[in-house]
Amino acid sequence: MDKISKAIISDPLVDNNPITKQILGICSALAVTVKMEQAVVMTFALTFVLVSSNIIISLLRKGIPGKVRIIVQLTVIASLVILIDQVLKAYLYDISKQLSVFVGLIITNCIIMGRAEAFAMQNNFKESLYDGFGNSFGYGLILIIVSTFRELFGSGTLFNYQIIPTWMYLEQGGWYVNNGLMLLAPGAFIILGLIIWVQRTYTHFIED
Amino acid sequence: MKILRNILDKIEPHFLGNGKYHKLYPLYEMADTFLFTPSDKTKNGPHVRDAIDIKRVMSFVVIAMLPALLFGIYNIGRQIDSSGDIFTTFLAGLPVVLPIILVSYTVGGFWEMLFAVTRKHEINEGFLVTGMLIPLVMPPTIPLWMVAVATSFGVVIGKEIFGGTGYNIFNPALVARAFIFFAYPGAISGDAVWAIAKNREGFIDGISQATPLLQASAEQGVQALELIKGQFSWWDMFYGFIPGSIGETSTLAIIIGGLFLLFTGIGNWRIMAGTLLGMVLTAKLTNIFAVAVSSENPMLYLPAEYHFVMGGFAFGMVFMATDPVSASQTDKGRWMYGILIGFMCVIIRSINPAYPEGMMLAILFANAFAPLIDYFVMKSHIKQRVKRFAA
Repeated sequence: MDKISKAIISDPLVDNNPITKQILGICSALAVTVKMEQAVVMTFALTFVLVSSNIIISLLRKGIPGKVRIIVQLTVIASLVILIDQVLKAYLYDISKQLSVFVGLIITNCIIMGRAEAFAMQNNFKESLYDGFGNSFGYGLILIIVSTFRELFGSGTLFNYQIIPTWMYLEQGGWYVNNGLMLLAPGAFIILGLIIWVQRTYTHFIED
Repeated sequence: MKILRNILDKIEPHFLGNGKYHKLYPLYEMADTFLFTPSDKTKNGPHVRDAIDIKRVMSFVVIAMLPALLFGIYNIGRQIDSSGDIFTTFLAGLPVVLPIILVSYTVGGFWEMLFAVTRKHEINEGFLVTGMLIPLVMPPTIPLWMVAVATSFGVVIGKEIFGGTGYNIFNPALVARAFIFFAYPGAISGDAVWAIAKNREGFIDGISQATPLLQASAEQGVQALELIKGQFSWWDMFYGFIPGSIGETSTLAIIIGGLFLLFTGIGNWRIMAGTLLGMVLTAKLTNIFAVAVSSENPMLYLPAEYHFVMGGFAFGMVFMATDPVSASQTDKGRWMYGILIGFMCVIIRSINPAYPEGMMLAILFANAFAPLIDYFVMKSHIKQRVKRFAA
């Protein structure tokens, strides 16, 4: 892999992360990060849609008339989302139920439209593929970090496996109580904000 | 005093420029300016001369809180053991309240110092007040580790994240309380946390006793006064012999503190008056409304004078709403800000059954709107001036 391709993949991980830098896809980042399980499945769903849509749109880019390009992009993305939604319903019914509308709402996820419009429309098949993977990983990375904190402090578990020993809990005679704020959307907001704070402290990035 | 000055002067070189502990300079500076009037002179204009600085302001607020604190300790002692005289009762309450205050100051002080050292600025005095406000708005049964977590949250997310003292949008002490309210609702709501007593083994433990506010909102179809009748009289609530958060029960002690703040010019009378006005008007409106539609909701019937002595209204009005950083800065804005708090407090108390205590959320809500209120007040001032000078 040459240098440029590497940069296309690694750039969205931290420096140009779709969530913490571009502040896109916040809605789903708040909604599906209560449990790690959901976050991981959501990451896979989004990776599939983003990579496929980037590939398809970059292959079609010369044939799409400029005036109707958004409609065409939306049609491609919507078809892919319906596909992944059906697959999840068929094979991972429980999680698909927990994710509820948020799989369907991938259609409106700004990251996908943004990459299609800003990248896949101008670049060739290979670069769009890398870009799709890079951005999905950047998105998934943040989702997994946020959900780790939320599940550990909100439910005391990771992947539904009890991490905080049960004897520590107040009901069992201990003193610990799960943090209910982590189960609410503001908990995700606060963790996301802290991640952005740390990142900007290190990269010295300041919004104009 | 001379000895102290000499010690401070002797160790000062270690904290300056190349000294061994120059990283800890904020600590030295804090001790020095806390004990002595800073000798620094203002170097640029305007040269305002005034004996008062942030440190004095904050110390005065802490002094104003003392009556509420002392009464709170006494009230808790009275719940544990009311047989002895005033002094022994007071001593009985001390072991409950003192640890909470210590944890709040230690944890908050740690964060303040950490940020002061990494950001290389002096330790601000704002925490002097926040560290005392936090224990006063906690129920006596609160576990100490929750106080520690909440104080960390209040200081870091409520204040430091915005740049430290003077930049915060919300009142850090209320952020800390709101954190516990949403994160550990079992520890700060319901009827099992507000009073304390010796259990059979002689340990001090929480007992089930509802606060007047909880009592008043308990049942549908009855008027609030009926529900609290026989348990708490207005004067009980005014003097503060009721279960509740440590510092908020006695309206009398809070009024003494409030008068002190007004007398020294530290608390803003417009905010307090606005809050009171907003509360009274809204309570009157809900009373009329409740009778008109013969409502089932008990809280809608509660008269204004009861709203005043129940729950955290008086405490919030005197100590929380007047926080000079998070309140409105213009005179007209202060009135509107206060009225908004009073209005929201009654509305949340009476219309939302999930939150019997509306004062905390009302103040946080008004905090969020304070800059907007100021913005429109300024705009209207500018408009008036333009009109005046246009001709």
